[in-house]
Formats: sequence, C-alpha cells, structure tokens
Amino acid sequence: MTPHSKNLPFRYLATFVYLMLFWLFLSGHYDIFHISIGILCCAGVSYASTDLLFACPPSKKRHIIFFQFVIYLGWLLYQIVLANLQVARLVLSPRLAIDPCIIVYNARLLQGDVAQATFGNSITLTPGTITLDIRNTEFHVHALTPAFAEDLKNGAMEGWVARVYH
Amino acid sequence: MLTLSHLISAGDFAINDICAIVLIIGGLFFFFTSTIGLLRFPDLYSRMHATGKGDTLAVLLIVSGAICHHGVNLNSAKLLLIAIFIFIANPTGTHAIARAAYRCGIKPWLKNADLKAEERIDQ
Repeated sequence: MTPHSKNLPFRYLATFVYLMLFWLFLSGHYDIFHISIGILCCAGVSYASTDLLFACPPSKKRHIIFFQFVIYLGWLLYQIVLANLQVARLVLSPRLAIDPCIIVYNARLLQGDVAQATFGNSITLTPGTITLDIRNTEFHVHALTPAFAEDLKNGAMEGWVARVYH
Repeated sequence: MLTLSHLISAGDFAINDICAIVLIIGGLFFFFTSTIGLLRFPDLYSRMHATGKGDTLAVLLIVSGAICHHGVNLNSAKLLLIAIFIFIANPTGTHAIARAAYRCGIKPWLKNADLKAEERIDQ
C-alpha cells in the first residue's frame, strides 16, 4: 500500500491538532512547561503515525460515516449484551454444550482496511465467534457452536458495516 | 461499611448510585462467567471466546458504573475514553492471539474427535 502523498502537510496538521487536543484534555496542566512537552510529543507522534490515522481517503463524507457509525455502535452493543448472556449460559451449564467449528465467511461487500477491521472486531466482540484470519475478503472465523456460525452467515452484520462505510 | 441495605434504609441514595450499583454488579457477573469459561473451556480458541469479549463487556459495564457514580464532569469524560480504547483494543488483542495460533497450525478442539479435523475445517 503506497501512502497518498496528496494533502500530506494538511494530514500532518490534522493529526497534530487531534493529538494536541487530546493531550490538553488529558493533562489538565496549562502552563508553558507542560504544553511545550505536549507540542514536542504530538509533533513526534504525528510525524511517525500520520499514515495510520488517515490511511486512505474514504468514499463518503467523514461526518456521515461518524453518524452512521454511532447508530451501528448502538446496535452492536445490544448484540454484545445479548450474545454475552448466551455465552454465560453455555459457560455455566453443567455439561459444556459446545461444538466448535471453523468457517470461512466471504465478505464481498467490504472494501478497505477500516471497514474490514471494524467487521473483524465486531465478529470478535459478538460472542460465539472470533476472527482468526483475514485473507483478502475471506474471514476465517472460529465459532463455539454451529448456531453462532449460522447467525454470522445470515449476513446482517456485514450489511450494517457496509452501510456505514460504503 | 456502606452496603446496599444500608443505603436504602438510610434513604439518602440517589438514582445514579443505584445505576452504578446495578452496572458494576452486571460487570462483575460477566467477569465471573468469563473466568469460569477460561477455566472450563477445552482449548485455546474457545478460551479466547470466554476472555476476549466477556471481559470487554464487563469493563464497559464497570466503567459505565463509575461514570454514573461520578456524574457529568471531566473525570467521567476520561473514563469514557478508557471505555472506548478498551472497546477497540480488547477484540484486537484477542484476534492477534487467535490469529497467531491459527497461523502456527494449532488444531482446534472438536466435539467428535473421530471426525478428521480436515472434514470440519472447510478451507
């Protein structure tokens, strides 16, 4: 992956501003000494990691992505609670009724690092499934029971993530 | 010592304290189940199931409880940031461990050991 050289000074500046705001928010000391340390640290980190924060320009406006992401987060939290209760029941049942399997799920809808990372983390967070590996668009997933694997295969979560990013 | 019954009998409890107590007890419950799962599950992958997300939800609940207890101020905002970072870092770490094991070729535990692993892993 080649870093986009377009708008490079702007992206450095944006990273620096975000980091500096974060520094001021966390530090709570607003004298010359602490702020100058903050400027040094933020400059160093933004020099090293601008490509991580703004790796590729998204296909949509950022604030729309953010808004839809918050809605998705609400749905995801609900799924996490629901599925954690299911795993708690599995764990606490006297006979351990698990039947693990590994499936390969092809997420064709998702393009780009951020969408795939979001989807991979969402799979891991909804209990019963863990992302083992991502090869191009193939997600290798370990499922505790075949029922959890079926839940993933119906594609609801992939649809949500695709709606946020594309 | 300040117990739940003490709070109720004293009559000076606020709604945010009740929220905090409920959330933190919920968080402790999920910590409990994920620890039990860590001990009971048979192999690395299924143990990652127990710890990777039970812990995430538990920490989220406990941090939310602490936010309820603190009310709206700068400390709560910092607690919220902790929750967000754990929400991102915990599944990523789980995935990193599980992927390392998968690429090293560690075979998952299967219920019917007489079935060949190759028949179950359709790749």
